[in-house]
Amino acid sequence: MSEWKRIIELTEIPQLGSRVVRSAKGDIAIFRNSENKVFALRDQCPHKGGPLSQGIVHGETVTCPLHGWNISLVDGTATAPDEGHTTCFEVKIDSGVVFLKI
Amino acid sequence: MKKMKLVVVGNGMAGMRAVEELLRIAPGLYDITVYGDEPYPNYNRIMLSPVLANEQTIEDIILNSREWYAENHIQLYTGKRINKIDRVNRTVTAEDGTSSEYDRLLLATGSTPFMLPIQGKDLDGVIGYRDIKDTNTMIETAKKYKHAVVIGGGLLGLEAANGLKIQGMDVTVVHIHDTLLERQLDSTAGMMLQKSLEAKGLKFLMSHRSESIVGKDGRVTALRFKDGTEIAADLLVMAVGIRPNFALAESAGIYCDRGIVVNDTMQTYDPRIYAVGECVAHRGMSYGLVAPLFEMAKVCATHLGNFGIGRYVGSVTSTKLKVTGIDLFSAGDFSGGEGTEEIVLHDAVAGVYKKLVIKDDKIVGSVLYGDTKDGSWYFQMLKDNKNVHEIRDNLMFGQSHLGDVGHKGQTQAAAMSDNAEVCGCNGVCKGTIVKSIKENGLFTLDEVRKHTKASASCGSCTGLVEQILASCIGGAYQPADTSSKPMCGCTDHSHGVVRENIRERKFLDIPTVMRELQWRTPNGCASCRPALNYYLISSWPHEAVDDPQSRFINERAHANIQKDGTYSVVPRMWGGLTTPDELRAIADVTDKFKIPTVKVTGGQRIDLLGAKKEDLPAIWSDLSKAGMVSGHAYGKSIRTVKTCVGAEHCRFGTQLAMDMGVKLEKMMFGMWSPHKVKFAVSGCPRNCAEAGIKDVGVIGLESGYELYVAGNGGIKTEVAQFFCKVANDDEVIEYSGAFIQLYREEGYYLERTVHYVNRVGLDYCKAKVVEDETNRRELYERLLYSLQGYVDPWAERAQPSKVRREFEILAI
Repeated sequence: MSEWKRIIELTEIPQLGSRVVRSAKGDIAIFRNSENKVFALRDQCPHKGGPLSQGIVHGETVTCPLHGWNISLVDGTATAPDEGHTTCFEVKIDSGVVFLKI
Repeated sequence: MKKMKLVVVGNGMAGMRAVEELLRIAPGLYDITVYGDEPYPNYNRIMLSPVLANEQTIEDIILNSREWYAENHIQLYTGKRINKIDRVNRTVTAEDGTSSEYDRLLLATGSTPFMLPIQGKDLDGVIGYRDIKDTNTMIETAKKYKHAVVIGGGLLGLEAANGLKIQGMDVTVVHIHDTLLERQLDSTAGMMLQKSLEAKGLKFLMSHRSESIVGKDGRVTALRFKDGTEIAADLLVMAVGIRPNFALAESAGIYCDRGIVVNDTMQTYDPRIYAVGECVAHRGMSYGLVAPLFEMAKVCATHLGNFGIGRYVGSVTSTKLKVTGIDLFSAGDFSGGEGTEEIVLHDAVAGVYKKLVIKDDKIVGSVLYGDTKDGSWYFQMLKDNKNVHEIRDNLMFGQSHLGDVGHKGQTQAAAMSDNAEVCGCNGVCKGTIVKSIKENGLFTLDEVRKHTKASASCGSCTGLVEQILASCIGGAYQPADTSSKPMCGCTDHSHGVVRENIRERKFLDIPTVMRELQWRTPNGCASCRPALNYYLISSWPHEAVDDPQSRFINERAHANIQKDGTYSVVPRMWGGLTTPDELRAIADVTDKFKIPTVKVTGGQRIDLLGAKKEDLPAIWSDLSKAGMVSGHAYGKSIRTVKTCVGAEHCRFGTQLAMDMGVKLEKMMFGMWSPHKVKFAVSGCPRNCAEAGIKDVGVIGLESGYELYVAGNGGIKTEVAQFFCKVANDDEVIEYSGAFIQLYREEGYYLERTVHYVNRVGLDYCKAKVVEDETNRRELYERLLYSLQGYVDPWAERAQPSKVRREFEILAI
């Protein structure tokens, strides 16, 4: 059963940046964009497993640091013409604190 | 708000290109309706010749399928010809009564083949060569009849003749001039071409004027000339030119003059109506090649998309003949004339002819026959107005930038087999690229990179990919315009323009740049943000905001990310020198943090590979205690100053190379630059430090030092060029510092010194640094100013602080 878990205060994640959560399901990257929306993806690019948390965040996309694939933060899908998908997790902000459903 | 309605008259390459560009930059702005008088969706008209030559099928050359129109919510009417525009009520009406309202109207009505006004031109079997219908007529006719005559020895005529020959007909080309392609080739190349085509079985009647067409039972039987002679003809193809279709526009009262007259924004005299393509007269010129039409389409789309930027200022065109086995390239004005000089290489036996026409040290025209591999390079320089004075001696021998590493020295894409690897980084073969170009209708290098990844990594095979593209799409190929190429998809501004704005208007942070220069995306992308960050901090040191989130991870984590997500740590060893204490500290760190691999690098220092990100601050703390600082092995920054042992120990040494190297490296510590920067100092001309392939190479002599710049030992080995001779250590520091500062201020992001110097010219750099003493001093002082007060990033992050949180992993 997955449940909401408190992660960290929003301000502890840099804007257009990320933090990594180590979980039983592997590393999960939590991203914060310029509009203070948060997203959570498995920290693995569908291409060659690069750590997406280390990529550059722009709009609602992150660019993998290894070979430059663009992955949607919203649904984990790679931008065409690349093809691939990484798992998304539910995430929310409550009173300035980020929660992850896991 | 109700959507505006855009109606496009003409479902051809120009109109649809404009629509594609519009959908890309302003999706959803319009309800779009397209009328085409042919019964097909948009197809690649320039590929009709390969279809006629049995090399491709109609299905292969469809650019936009009917599904594409549906997916993009475009109402498509095929087989309907618009014959009325009502500009008062803003409607268009087709011959069958179908009608649409518009807020904006785009006319892309193309052109029709010009039919010679001679007796018999309406007989059966007399056709032009323009569309799928004409092509099918030729293929069908070839099955039943024998004799084909093509009037016109231009590009289209020759392609038609070649195709008909392959279809099995006996083909004669009739030309009014005494050489073929007289608008593209000089007489020498024209004669060579005629010979090759004759070898393929085509016949030619040169300097022949047609008088009338003879027919029987309503069908053509022969062509009669002014001198009274005749030639048998069951099929007569007229390829003597095209006429823009502007009757529709003219009937609606839109000003036309041998074409629909448009301004630089592709707007007609009616501000709601735009026009692009062959139907247009722009500054008195009409174009029949596809590359200019695409440029028009792009400009038009930005105006339809309400961005209001971009002007079309006319095109320099290049042509290639799409006849398999014949290599021919022509661009610009090759007719010579006052003030021009010619460089000619002619090898009649090998069938190679190259001519470059040069005026005021710039290429104004080129004709290549038999060996066209440098065509796009010449064309690029022609378009860029590049001064070729410095490379003139080698100009004719071409750009040897192709295939150094990973392509077995291949320089000619045409000679490669389909399974030969073109892009060694991404493992892309020639066949894959060709297939993708054909299937996806690709026209630009960027598109090929996106779809195939070929040349998208190190870029060393760019030349080969360009060749493949050029050979697949012929005259439609337009090399990227380097001088005004947009930085990325987020903006239409070039690197140069953005940089100038940052400097002139004193922008200090990325959001300001994006707002003032109208970025299309909310916060850029992974390619423009690092560039902007660099331009800001290099233009306004100590004032501009250095945004860590706009730096590549390596520069944020101050270590090199590896394929498995671990990092490599390289402590600085000034000039390649180290001490027992430093080595002990490295050994201790290696044990303590279980670093799996320790490697001596090419830059004379030690690399600790496989460190975990969360361990980095602790590793740095230990190294800092031993007095070591970041080696910046990860950044677009000063990397190393490689040295030989020099006069300190070497029996041949003339100068203290290690000492000089340490001084240089300390001077530049913490320097960010457009790309990585490597130095080397050798103590004598034996040059053991390999100074000849560094961004700046210093070679000691008895009487002082020689400085070499713009070398590169990477993707393509480039030997550094002699810059100047200096007398002492202080001058080495000032001259090389000034050169690097010039590069820091003017280089585009990710441009190495060799590419920067190639772009601006070595003479320019010498003028700024060697010859102008005041400027040199100012450059050097600006470098020192921007490096003032630099704090070692490792020491900073070794202490608990906010910048350190990036390295902490969260647990649940």
